[in-house]
Amino acid sequence: MIDLHGFGDQLLFGTLMTIRVAAGALVLGLILGLLGAAAKLSNSRIARGMAGFYTTVIRGLPELLVVLIIYFGSSSILTSIARQFSDAKFVELSPYMSGVIALGLTFGAYATEVFRGAFLAIPAGQGEAARALGMHSWQVFRLVTLPQLWRIALPGLGNLFLVLLKDTSLVSIIGIEELMRQTKIAVGFTKEPFTFYFTAAIIYLLLTIITMRVLHKAEIRANRGIERSHS
Amino acid sequence: MIDFATIWKYLPKIIDGAITTIELMALALLIGAVIAVPIALMRLSKNRILRWPAYGYIFFFRGTPLLVQIFLIYYGLSQFEAVRESFVWNILREAYWCAIIAFALNTGAYTAEILRGAISAVPKGQVEAAMSVGMSPVRTFRHVVFPQAIRIAVPAYGNEVILMLKGSALASTITLLDITGMAQTIIARTYMQTEFLMVAGLFYLGITFVITRGFKLLESRINQHLKMVN
Repeated sequence: MIDLHGFGDQLLFGTLMTIRVAAGALVLGLILGLLGAAAKLSNSRIARGMAGFYTTVIRGLPELLVVLIIYFGSSSILTSIARQFSDAKFVELSPYMSGVIALGLTFGAYATEVFRGAFLAIPAGQGEAARALGMHSWQVFRLVTLPQLWRIALPGLGNLFLVLLKDTSLVSIIGIEELMRQTKIAVGFTKEPFTFYFTAAIIYLLLTIITMRVLHKAEIRANRGIERSHS
Repeated sequence: MIDFATIWKYLPKIIDGAITTIELMALALLIGAVIAVPIALMRLSKNRILRWPAYGYIFFFRGTPLLVQIFLIYYGLSQFEAVRESFVWNILREAYWCAIIAFALNTGAYTAEILRGAISAVPKGQVEAAMSVGMSPVRTFRHVVFPQAIRIAVPAYGNEVILMLKGSALASTITLLDITGMAQTIIARTYMQTEFLMVAGLFYLGITFVITRGFKLLESRINQHLKMVN
């Protein structure tokens, strides 16, 4: 067995932090993705332009750079804003918030495309039928579109979440004490880099396997009642 | 206001960084492609002894963060005395080669999966037809399946190239001066964080744009025979 020299609980806390970062980014990313898809499908040219700019830029930038830009960039912008109103010297987002925002922005950019594709895959006749029954647009969205959107978008979102899970390792660079950072600390003490980075790799693999299991279950649940031509 | 004079002054440095980024990416993609072909074939093999190692390799490199893979190779391997005393140490102590090895193994795994999908997407009738005119399995693969699989794989491979470009930013975490690394070095000197991170971002966007365009051209070129009149 691998000897972790008593750093096992450290890695466990790191793993919990990794999950917290991933969960936070997931929530933010899903909201941004839905908004982005709505903007891309809207009639407003400005909304479409903004959403297009958002997805093109974020998808073209390295995730590491997005993390750095949000962490350092936000503090200089927030500081200059705060100085207008008070004599504050320095304002910054916490590393956790910066990490969640950066990863959420990335997730949201890719999720925009997933949601957009899912929206387009729902036949327009369903919305029309719902309207004919007297539902107003929010009801149509909530009762007709959203449940199906979820089903169609789930595989795509699942893949994005697996990518997000791995990208959480990047926020160790800005000092969040997640798995990667805790591993680094353990390596510093024990001078056994292979043992610990390999353990970290195994933990990430386990998280991946668990996520895949959950996704599989969720897909079965989302597809209940749907007849498949092949399975 | 944005201090353009300082940005202008350090621009040559960032361009140096861009050259390193492109170098890392190109070498990794080249080696990765060489790894991917046999791995994809092993993954498709009916023989378990061939299939399982390929599956394990792909699963490990797709299931763990690239950052872990880089650290495992750059820091991790030095834990073993046997590695430190052997001739490979001359390569493995260089951050540059460690980054290339990590990137190549990573992109190799993703490329193998793309290739596997593409090979399975070639209709079975084509193989049967080739066999029936007397082509050997190797010839069938080389002349019938592989050329078509490559065509199917191109769009997905274009995405993988862009992912590799973005992943190459992690080279900066092991002291390499790629675009991101160079930007961080300049920031340490000038304290102009936002400005130089933005400049670095523009360089990545530029390279992404060129790659996307390049693959669009390539796609329309290799699919020329499929184009409709008009």
